[in-house]
Amino acid sequence: MAYAPHTLDDRDAMLAAIGVGSVDELFADIPDSVRARAFDIPPPLTEQEVRRELTRLAGRNRIPEVSFLGAGAYRHLVPAAVMEVIGRSEFATAYTPYQPEVSQGTLQSIYEFQTLVCELTGMEVASASHYDGATATAEAALMACRLTRRDTVAISSAVNPQVRRVLDTYCSGPGIRVIEVEADIAEGGSGLTPIDAAESSLDEHVACLVVQHPNFFGGIEPMAELAATAHRHGAQFVAVVEPTSLAILEAPGAYGADIVAAEGQPLGIPLSFGGPYVGLMAARMDSVRQMPGRLVGATRDAAGRRGYVLTLQAREQHIRREKAASNICTNQALCALAATAYLSAVGPEGLREVAELSMVQTRHAISTLEAAGVGERRFSASYFAEAAVRIPDAKRRHAALAEQGVLAGFPLEDAYPALRDCLLVAATELTTDDDVARLVEALEATP
Amino acid sequence: MSVTERPAAPAGAPSDGDASGRGAAFSSAVGGEELRVVQPLIFASSRPGRRDVRFPKPSDAAQAAAASQLELPAEALRTAAARLPEVSELDLLRHFNRLSHLNHAIDLGFYPLGSCTMKYNPKVNEWAARLPGLSESHPLDPPELSQGSLEIQWLLAELLREISGMAAVSLQPAAGAQGELTGLLMARAYHRSRGEGEQRTTVLVPDSSHGTNPATATMVGYRTITIPSNERGGIDLAALREALGSDTAALMITNPSTLGMFEDQIDQVVAAVHEVGAIAYMDGANLNAILGRFRAGDAGFDVMHFNLHKTFSTPHGGGGPGAGPVGVSERLAPFLPEPVPVLVEGSPDEVKRNAWAGRTTPGARFALEAEGTREQSIGKVRAFAGNFGMHLRAYTYIRSNGDAGLREVSDDAVLAANYLRVRLTDAYDLPYDRICKHEVVFSGRRQKREHGVTTLDIAKAILDYQIHPPTIYFPLIVEEALMIEPTETESLETLDRFVAVMHEIAERAARDPAALRAAPTTTPVGRLDEASAARRPDLRHDFGTA
Amino acid sequence: MTYPDDLRYSKDHEWVRADGSTATIGITSFAADELGDIVFVELPEVGAALKQFAAFGVVESVKAVSDLFAPLSGTVSEVNARLQTEPELLNSDPFGDGWIAKVDVADGDELKALLDADGYAKLTS
Repeated sequence: MAYAPHTLDDRDAMLAAIGVGSVDELFADIPDSVRARAFDIPPPLTEQEVRRELTRLAGRNRIPEVSFLGAGAYRHLVPAAVMEVIGRSEFATAYTPYQPEVSQGTLQSIYEFQTLVCELTGMEVASASHYDGATATAEAALMACRLTRRDTVAISSAVNPQVRRVLDTYCSGPGIRVIEVEADIAEGGSGLTPIDAAESSLDEHVACLVVQHPNFFGGIEPMAELAATAHRHGAQFVAVVEPTSLAILEAPGAYGADIVAAEGQPLGIPLSFGGPYVGLMAARMDSVRQMPGRLVGATRDAAGRRGYVLTLQAREQHIRREKAASNICTNQALCALAATAYLSAVGPEGLREVAELSMVQTRHAISTLEAAGVGERRFSASYFAEAAVRIPDAKRRHAALAEQGVLAGFPLEDAYPALRDCLLVAATELTTDDDVARLVEALEATP
Repeated sequence: MSVTERPAAPAGAPSDGDASGRGAAFSSAVGGEELRVVQPLIFASSRPGRRDVRFPKPSDAAQAAAASQLELPAEALRTAAARLPEVSELDLLRHFNRLSHLNHAIDLGFYPLGSCTMKYNPKVNEWAARLPGLSESHPLDPPELSQGSLEIQWLLAELLREISGMAAVSLQPAAGAQGELTGLLMARAYHRSRGEGEQRTTVLVPDSSHGTNPATATMVGYRTITIPSNERGGIDLAALREALGSDTAALMITNPSTLGMFEDQIDQVVAAVHEVGAIAYMDGANLNAILGRFRAGDAGFDVMHFNLHKTFSTPHGGGGPGAGPVGVSERLAPFLPEPVPVLVEGSPDEVKRNAWAGRTTPGARFALEAEGTREQSIGKVRAFAGNFGMHLRAYTYIRSNGDAGLREVSDDAVLAANYLRVRLTDAYDLPYDRICKHEVVFSGRRQKREHGVTTLDIAKAILDYQIHPPTIYFPLIVEEALMIEPTETESLETLDRFVAVMHEIAERAARDPAALRAAPTTTPVGRLDEASAARRPDLRHDFGTA
Repeated sequence: MTYPDDLRYSKDHEWVRADGSTATIGITSFAADELGDIVFVELPEVGAALKQFAAFGVVESVKAVSDLFAPLSGTVSEVNARLQTEPELLNSDPFGDGWIAKVDVADGDELKALLDADGYAKLTS
């Protein structure tokens, strides 16, 4: 066994010190009636054997040569420096910084993370990570219910369906009602959340209006008007955003968002089949005591040295137990560190370049598809770096292209029956002109 | 070596320490650093126009094509740029590397933080996680392209089933607390399916439970009832029976308990819970103690969660990510969250036989169960299919250890904890003096009463020996608790040094209590003013005064 | 430990200074010491109706949190706004500047259900 340090002599010495003859005696307190009846696990593998096994499994995946798939998780450059930072075992093999004197590295990096999330979102306070964007959104909705003492959540149907399903589950817990605001996805529609539909969904029971921006279809929502609509009814406005877009799009704090939630994966976190990612959450300072998740604050030691500690912990489960703001404990700290390192590595210019390249290549792909007569944009509204495209017989052709290593996007039909024959097409800074050409050629060659 | 002898500062650690031996916490005119700052914020090395990562310019063709598309409406554009740092790659690495030097970590020293299972995180797991075939796998890739990811998840679920004796496993929960939420939502769905949803409103937890248990119960709309422990550190069976009734939705119990004790009446506990039609939930946080010895499924539990970051060695990451899969009995399987990885073509036994031999089964095909298949599912608890990066590390770990290795994990974890139990009983009070499992809980009450040295002081003193302190003041039912979990990967020399350190601290508590109250003295910062931090929260950098 | 003679005390560690139809309420030095460094007080709103022995607010320290229980029934006429920025007053001067609220007393007889200084000293010894 590779990881057990004890020699036979060590074990004997320990058993002798304890005063037992065998390790089995240390398990004598397990009643016979409930002892394990089986343990059919394969035998140990050496490092070279286990590497061969993982290489086999990795080889069973086929990473597409060309991909326009996004829909909530995006292919972006993960800078080598970011991987280097999160690979450091001083970060990776530490845990929650309960002892601040020997955790200043983790604590300061979280303080920097909170600052960066506040800067991106234009909000006053950011918590130190949630499991992913979906749970951050769900927790934001529950937070709005606590703040307003209301029991209904209104959410646009143009929010990522996965996020809506997670929000449904979380709201089902305490019995919060969820109502959907129908986005305008009819033929010739904008693909956006109509102000009048939002207006009519709101009343004195609705704690918050949840809108994604850019929305699931990439559409640019009228966020300021939607926020004002929510506020007219005393509801909080929860903005679900994509962090790279914030290099170009207005900061949520500037258009009246009360709580911001986001999937942080685009910030230097590998796709890794869906996780680990990191949920971002930001809010106004006057809401901080209802905010779930860890917070790090700056303070000083007796000698006047600046240092960082976990703070406002009385919100959390280990102190408040059944009255806690959330049950969250272990979070996604190392992914938050990746986001911190990423934002530092790309800087304001780099993030803008990522956002602009993603926009340009998405537009490039869509205009090329349109020019070739292969597909057409489904919605009329302007979009960021993802858009719904109608392509005749989309599902079958999508599957056929996948066989050739070309992923044309995300078929929308299952989540939105009205969007038959539509693919959600996303490009990023990694998309090349050749990728665009391959997509169009492959679709033309697969009628 | 005397335990007070301290090793030299780690290579690369700031060397400009002050007289106390701390790191570079000094005031100096050079660099203009007025405040006593250990490592300036990343923003301090930012200069306009400095760059690290650059991206290509879009081609003329791409720009021309894009220009034919809609522009962004002017009112949607950002008005004030985010003040992200502008740093060089070298400065970036120095910044984070220096920060890393301020941390204690498993890879630097002993970390007996009770309840957290801070064992060695094998590096081959990290190697596996970075294989491009796995790290670049998109969660929405069609199953034809992600057979490897799906096979890993299916195989891991099979292994966790076998380890726990449960009927089915979901890998979706992202952490133990989310596993608890998933488990209780399933319990509630089960009661509702039987028409008992309205009647069952309470969740019972022992007074030694983790705070996540009652917090989770509230998130599911349940009221928590706390059950006292008996004088042996187990659940008080009479009090449990008294509290159980037709209104009980579930009992959540950690086994072994947070006192490090195996619940030796567990058979009666489960029977009593089932007698009133409630769900028996096992918090699997302490699974590291009982691999191959006890399986929740065999004992009749309906649901349990695993903490992959504890038992199966995935790195704790400074607070996460973890992963909290849940296992359930047959009667809860219909309620599992979606999606569940399934083998759609091929024989499960054959696929496993082949995988154990390192072979791919011809014709085997995996998929995520289609949405809506599990009609009674509680839904989704997070996007996509869970913290896959943790799943593949846990799979690597389980395969590396194999059956014999996993048994040895528990044997050695329990051996080490009991060794510390007997070696430290002379110096510290042991409230529950019997065989423990993976951890042992001492009390610092003697030091507090006799010398005015609190458990917090003891913990801070331990820091000066380059050891991470145990979990303190938990479980709540032990006065001045010191909860020590050595894990199986620490050598006898490390354990002996810890024993010597703890003895020396007990002796110093008697001889010079003031020195312990002033500890630590060798860390980058001393004890920090947590009250001021909470009274006047400073939660982000103020650029105005930068 | 001794406590001011002119106050009445509840078993939940709140004190009352009755002055005709109005009363000032706060938490005792014993409660403040038990909690440790107090960092936040959730005050009731002016106009809020208090019910004797029912929760009316929350007090947080670094590592603990506790409900505030009204020592008597009445309507809140004033709250100590200084506590919002200086919660440490509860530690430094719990019976003086650290008062929490002033209340229009609903039923003076309720004071009989409270302890005097000696009784409270016994309770906390």
